[in-house]
Amino acid sequence: MMASADMLAFGMPRILAARVESTAGLWEQLGAFFSFQHVSLVYGVVGAVLLGVCCGLLGSFVVLRKMSLLGDSIGHAVLPGICLAFVVVQTKNALAIFAGAIISGVLASLVISVISRYSRIKSDTAVGLALSGFFGLGIILLTRIQRMAYGDQSGLDRYMFGDAAALGRGDLQLMGLVTLVVVLVISLFFRYFLATSFDESFAASIGMPVRLIQVALMTLLALAIVIALQAVGVVLVSAMLITPAATAYLLTDRLGRMLALSALLGVLSGFVGVLLSFLLNRIPTGPCMVLAATTWFGLAYLLSPRQGVAIRAIRRSRRSRRVRLENLLKTFYHELGGEGLDQPVTLERLARARSETVGYVRRVAGTLAASGLAGLAGDRLTLTSVGQQRARQIIRNHRLWELYLTQEARIAADHVHRDAEEIEHVLGEEIVARLEAGLDHPDLDPHGHEIPRVKG
Amino acid sequence: MHKDSRRSNGEPAVEIHDLTVSYHRRPVLWGVDLTVGEGQLVGIIGPNGAGKSTLIKAVMGLLPLSSGWVKCYGQPVHKQRRLIGYVPQRESVDWDFPVTAFDVVLMGRYGRVGLLRHPRRDDKRIARECLEKVGMAPFAGRQISNLSGGQQQRVFLARALAMESTVYLMDEPFVGVDAATETSIITLLKELRDRGKTCLVVHHDLQTAPEYFDTMILLNMRLVACGPTPQVFTPELLQKTYGGRLTILSDAAQAVAESER
Repeated sequence: MMASADMLAFGMPRILAARVESTAGLWEQLGAFFSFQHVSLVYGVVGAVLLGVCCGLLGSFVVLRKMSLLGDSIGHAVLPGICLAFVVVQTKNALAIFAGAIISGVLASLVISVISRYSRIKSDTAVGLALSGFFGLGIILLTRIQRMAYGDQSGLDRYMFGDAAALGRGDLQLMGLVTLVVVLVISLFFRYFLATSFDESFAASIGMPVRLIQVALMTLLALAIVIALQAVGVVLVSAMLITPAATAYLLTDRLGRMLALSALLGVLSGFVGVLLSFLLNRIPTGPCMVLAATTWFGLAYLLSPRQGVAIRAIRRSRRSRRVRLENLLKTFYHELGGEGLDQPVTLERLARARSETVGYVRRVAGTLAASGLAGLAGDRLTLTSVGQQRARQIIRNHRLWELYLTQEARIAADHVHRDAEEIEHVLGEEIVARLEAGLDHPDLDPHGHEIPRVKG
Repeated sequence: MHKDSRRSNGEPAVEIHDLTVSYHRRPVLWGVDLTVGEGQLVGIIGPNGAGKSTLIKAVMGLLPLSSGWVKCYGQPVHKQRRLIGYVPQRESVDWDFPVTAFDVVLMGRYGRVGLLRHPRRDDKRIARECLEKVGMAPFAGRQISNLSGGQQQRVFLARALAMESTVYLMDEPFVGVDAATETSIITLLKELRDRGKTCLVVHHDLQTAPEYFDTMILLNMRLVACGPTPQVFTPELLQKTYGGRLTILSDAAQAVAESER
């Protein structure tokens, strides 16, 4: 009970001094934010941008190398190191805390590799073990420190959920340095990271120092996590590594672009996070940044042009709508025996032929009419000339394909109908032209039905 | 024929001496001795778990050796990296990786462009030519997950060609590819051999093996035979290779693994 109450208290950042008193409206608050007059606000924004770049770049490799859980684990594992560093030096010294965090993070990754190497425990479980063990220890230390006499001044609480406004000059210098190193190393050794991430054994076979690159990446990762800690907090720091990179991964097929996009999304998340935290007053920056990053991810997941789930669903439903329309046109053609397509046919007759309800056929007929392919008068459907053309096209595609399968692929005539049912909707005019030429402009399909000619 | 200055006269392309390799202390290859001369197309044949992939990984220096040594043209392998091109199993990489076919082939040039230099126009030209040689030029800009299994294998092959190596080690290049790809790969391998290159190919289809390879290495945890196909691809030797493990050898390996626990 006590612990959870304490944890809630840890998360609360110092009220941002720059904020206009809380009764002021949104616009005044926005104005106060974008005037950038208060130094802690500027520091916060600069810090968020730096960590966005740093985590975005490294995060791409974390995602591609399937190390996401490892990043999360290191993030949590630095907490006891931070606390112990504080206990030793008794003040919040940026460098001491940095060192403590690094030592504790490295120790955790050692523990992980030792456990998975010398026992049957697999590495995902080893990562989980280290994560929870170190974090549990960290929480205990943190709670003890909070209750000590000097605990109130520790400011350690902000390491839990992050407080970008509390970043000092020294913190920013450290962040700038680490970001610079990350950018330099990745751009200088880009091909090394690319080759070892894609195909490690090939990279080793051409003499790349695979181990060294792995160690370098892990070191940079630990540095990035530690500098991001104050602004994002141990609990959520891995999200800044994983989420922007995962978003970028959905949006592009090239590694270079993925890195750039991921860094950009990291910056955007960091910036929006600081802004949100400022506007929502007393909400820690970490969760705000992560909320922003997760929003971008959600959008990409739904709307990415190639991978987007919603986009693909829309494409699918358009396709099946077209198939429904074209199937009704086909039935129409069959019912009139291909002759006098301008004659009306009743919906009931079409429904019977398709083994569908009249209501269903009426709905599809309505869409046909709305698309200008047909006219619907009461229960009678008439095709427009465009509709007649489409009906012939679809029948032609079907019969051409059946003929192609029987003649060229030597498939028995009674096996080809179902295949043609699907292919008829997707054959483009160019393939049709090639089919016609290849089959020497045939008149009859394998069942002896006429293949309709389509003009123009 | 192109001669590399590093190739010493008369030295075999690959020489393996008393090679023992272990996974988690359990030996999977015991005391292999063999020599492969220049310009041969060699099939590495044996049942599952015989250590075929292990053999070529060990030759590449990708695995620690428990004993023995490997030389390429008389020099340790790590000094001859440019002479050796390695084609890993297709399943060993994540094909969702955000790179194009061309990017992958260009990786074949990385060993040659040096530490910090960028691939030059020549390297890109060579990469394009290699894609063309395997019939993949139209797919150069495709992200690699949009390729079929056979096409992915061709990309891997093009990457090896781009290395312009003298010795090629290939791990199961015929697995999961269509017949057309299989034919074009074997044609390419024969072409390489005719140009004096040496190819060691892990293969497990006994039907096609004798028609593909002029030399064979029969392997089952130890070397069963190594020599010209007509002499080695015999019922007796195949029986020795495929007719079950040597139980004592397996049991001994198990004992070694357990004694070290």
